[in-house]
Amino acid sequence: MNPILAALGAIGRSVATGLGAVGRFVTFAALALSHLVRPPFYGRELALQLVQIGWLSLPVVGLTALFTGGALALQIYAGSARFNAEFAVPSITAIGMVRELGPVLGGLMVAARVASSIAAEIGTMKVSEQIDALRTLATDPMKYLVAPRIVAATLAMPVLVAVGDAIGILGGYSVGVNRLGFDGPTYLRNTIDFLEFWDVASGLVKGAVFGFLVALCGCYFGMHSGRGAQGVGEATKTAVVLASILILSANYILTEAFFSA
Amino acid sequence: MIRAQDIHKAFGPKRVLTGVSFEVARGESLVVIGGSGTGKSVLLKCLLGLESPDRGEVVIAGLTRPRPHELAAHVGMLFQGAALFDSLPVWQNVAFRLMRGPARMARAPAREAALEKLARVGMAPESADLYPAELSGGMQKRVGLARAIAGEPPILFFDEPTAGLDPILAAVINALIREIVTEMGATAVTITHDMRTLRDVADRVAMLHEGRLYWQGTAAEALASDDPVLTQFIQGRIDGPIPTLR
Repeated sequence: MNPILAALGAIGRSVATGLGAVGRFVTFAALALSHLVRPPFYGRELALQLVQIGWLSLPVVGLTALFTGGALALQIYAGSARFNAEFAVPSITAIGMVRELGPVLGGLMVAARVASSIAAEIGTMKVSEQIDALRTLATDPMKYLVAPRIVAATLAMPVLVAVGDAIGILGGYSVGVNRLGFDGPTYLRNTIDFLEFWDVASGLVKGAVFGFLVALCGCYFGMHSGRGAQGVGEATKTAVVLASILILSANYILTEAFFSA
Repeated sequence: MIRAQDIHKAFGPKRVLTGVSFEVARGESLVVIGGSGTGKSVLLKCLLGLESPDRGEVVIAGLTRPRPHELAAHVGMLFQGAALFDSLPVWQNVAFRLMRGPARMARAPAREAALEKLARVGMAPESADLYPAELSGGMQKRVGLARAIAGEPPILFFDEPTAGLDPILAAVINALIREIVTEMGATAVTITHDMRTLRDVADRVAMLHEGRLYWQGTAAEALASDDPVLTQFIQGRIDGPIPTLR
């Protein structure tokens, strides 16, 4: 065969495969959304997932925010000192945390913890025929497994972001007061006075979107896991990678939508 | 009660079922035997609506081409690895169906019903609050059996019920299946390559070979048959018409 045609054929097949994968993912997302609003609803499963995804993610999100807030204050101080603008440290640290770093780093940490866990759990259920068992027991896995996880992640993530924001600002405050010589009450007043409602709200909206994406990736790759340990491992890895990429790309799109002039 | 007509199923280029037809009368116990990879589990999934046949028709309990949720009230299923839900204790696994759906039971009576079924399969009440991971393989099979019979369905499916069990436990599970099928008057389809299950459980035997039902008859006829394919399989001989890899 002509090598140019062969290369074009290979490219075409790759594009078709990629588009097919995107189509299946989007179809799954639409199906999952449709199940969120149709009964039956599994309240106990939702409560369990709120604990798993929300409550148990608090330590990792909190620690991430604490150290990020501290490092951010140090960096902003180092940068602003060049222009004698050290006074901006509290306000920029706060804005950086609530608009960007709180939701994005929180989302990435939850992606690592939750997308992997969901994909591994559902993938194992699939390879051990538990999904088939659910269906023979008249229980739709989309309603029993997928919907509660997506709802829980979408609800829990803004709360995690809010807590992370507060802890991150506290980290900045701690470094600002103890390392950089800021006056404590002044630091706090600058932070509070400078922050606007939309700064915080935009971060919480981002958190909800990231939570949805994390749970969606975990559920999708779990439900489409291959056979055996290798299949589940691959599903877990892909769920975390795709969730992370989607979080970063969604963050850019949302930032454009919220803050572009 | 169960009718499969000209079932075809392929996965990509691999044709697994190429025209399987059979009927199981009410109260009859059919055991389907066949080598590994001959499509026994795929056939079972087609019957349960977990896989859609490419061609052909399945009729179960008067439902044509039923979906799994339509069959749930009529069918109980014991999966090969028991397929118990790891996140639920034993009794909630058994009562799973009873606690959901339009006719759902309250927690207390559902637990009572689960304990009764667990007792029926020889499980002590203390096991009810254990989690599946805390049970041995044989106990998991018993719990799977209890879950299958929890709603007292008129049709039961068993996929390799003795796989992975020692001979004594396998005999216990076979005896339990036979007793339960008889006392419930259930129609049963069992997929296996365990000849002990064939002897203990079958009213009738069907052999799946090269995508089709190659042979059907009673258990006694199967064991006495001189058909070269059937005898090679039943006796587990290496030499014969069924190709083997060595």
